[in-house]
Amino acid sequence: MYYIPTMTPKVLLSEKRVNIMLNRLCCQLIERHGDFSETVLVGLQPRGVLLLDQLIHLLHENGIFSIQKGKLDTTFFRDDFRRNEVPHNAKATEMEVSIEGKNVVLIDDVLFTGRSIRSALTAIDTYGRPKSIELLVLVDRRFSRHLPIQPDYLGAQIDALQGDKVKVVWSENAFNNIVYLEKQSQ
Amino acid sequence: MKTLSVSHLLGIKYLKPEDLHLIFETATHFKEVINRPIKKVPSLRDITIANLFFENSTRTKLSFELAEKRLSADVLNFSAAQSSVKKGETLVDTVNNILAMKVDMVVMRHPHPGAAHFLSQHVKSCIINAGDGTHEHPSQALLDAFSLQEKFGDLGGRRIAIVGDILHSRVALSNIYALKMLGAEVRLCAPKSLLPKHIESLGVSVSTDLMEVLNWCDAANMLRVQNERMELSYFPTTREYSQNFGLTGERLKKLRKEIVVLHPGPINRGVEITSEVADSDQAIILDQVENGVAIRMAIIYLLASKLNIPLK
Repeated sequence: MYYIPTMTPKVLLSEKRVNIMLNRLCCQLIERHGDFSETVLVGLQPRGVLLLDQLIHLLHENGIFSIQKGKLDTTFFRDDFRRNEVPHNAKATEMEVSIEGKNVVLIDDVLFTGRSIRSALTAIDTYGRPKSIELLVLVDRRFSRHLPIQPDYLGAQIDALQGDKVKVVWSENAFNNIVYLEKQSQ
Repeated sequence: MKTLSVSHLLGIKYLKPEDLHLIFETATHFKEVINRPIKKVPSLRDITIANLFFENSTRTKLSFELAEKRLSADVLNFSAAQSSVKKGETLVDTVNNILAMKVDMVVMRHPHPGAAHFLSQHVKSCIINAGDGTHEHPSQALLDAFSLQEKFGDLGGRRIAIVGDILHSRVALSNIYALKMLGAEVRLCAPKSLLPKHIESLGVSVSTDLMEVLNWCDAANMLRVQNERMELSYFPTTREYSQNFGLTGERLKKLRKEIVVLHPGPINRGVEITSEVADSDQAIILDQVENGVAIRMAIIYLLASKLNIPLK
């Protein structure tokens, strides 16, 4: 998936920096979750799933192969239904594993207002009662939260104006794992 | 982002192929939702829906009601038998009185063809047709096509037979529109007395030979004989109808291939379909019922997203 910027993009975090961040996040997950037998990693559709794939790849490189994972779409749990001109279209949810009594880690690329995470917290509840829920994000847009939500694992904090768009761009080439982070003015 | 091209669901005739694909795609997601331990989403928590049934219904009414509740909508149920309709109130007055109670959407079944269309022009609300006389039953056709698509994938070029009382069936007409829109070939099979004149003009073929049709098709939708709509006799006896147009296990075994069997319900076991066939692995009748809830959730959700309700 390639992102074609419509206006001059600014690279906020270089490929090298993002790769270091991914490795750090992976190590932090291993430190806290051990062999991952009681953990379920859940990527939020659409872009959190791409981050989940990158982390799974790194966990495999670290010798952890038995990972329970899922993809969660939160469209039907959003609080902005009928508030947009055009509705959001749902994406596939794949939650084959049970989360009952497990430690769930929600994974998303950018934490902005916190509303997507709030809807994810409601959506994940429909699959059972997890022991705990944590949040992992690659980028935290500071001072822009609408709700009291903070990440447990964080790649980097950035400052951006309200109208700016922060996008994480994942390379299609899984071997290089090139990641760009760009800032776009509206 | 995609959205429906219509603001009411009055019939398949008024939809575009893209609408059908959007409804199916959304229904796939809702089917996953209704298989979770907690089968409810909060999307329509600020919406009230009235189910107006001026004609008897079990499956459709329950399916719509469950779909609405799964979407967290508030639900009002109305049936004509216990209403002021019996006292002479007109349809528009009845509905306007219900809408005055701040109802946002109306699901209506009515014995008169065109009732949903008429209502959509005279009241300010979103109307979903749950069957209007012998005209259309769009949600049934959508769930039939969705069930077939689950079984076959793309319906383009697939051969679907509709067997039984075509003349009185709203399911048949909506199915013809939906299946043709999705690129399937449709052949109707019924006694000549139960086939509407000029039905071929809809782009379907017609036959009175059940075995020939069964050998031709990939799936057969068996329709019930609607005795309640018949003011005169259309065939000599039920036994004779069953012998000529009933789907039996023996007939299925004689076919060159295995076909999929559908039935919109309620089933008259031993008339249009035997118990042996209805309970066999080839029949996807209970899949149709499950898909009915998901399809109706998709229809309501997509139409509700177009409702212009002041939120501030």
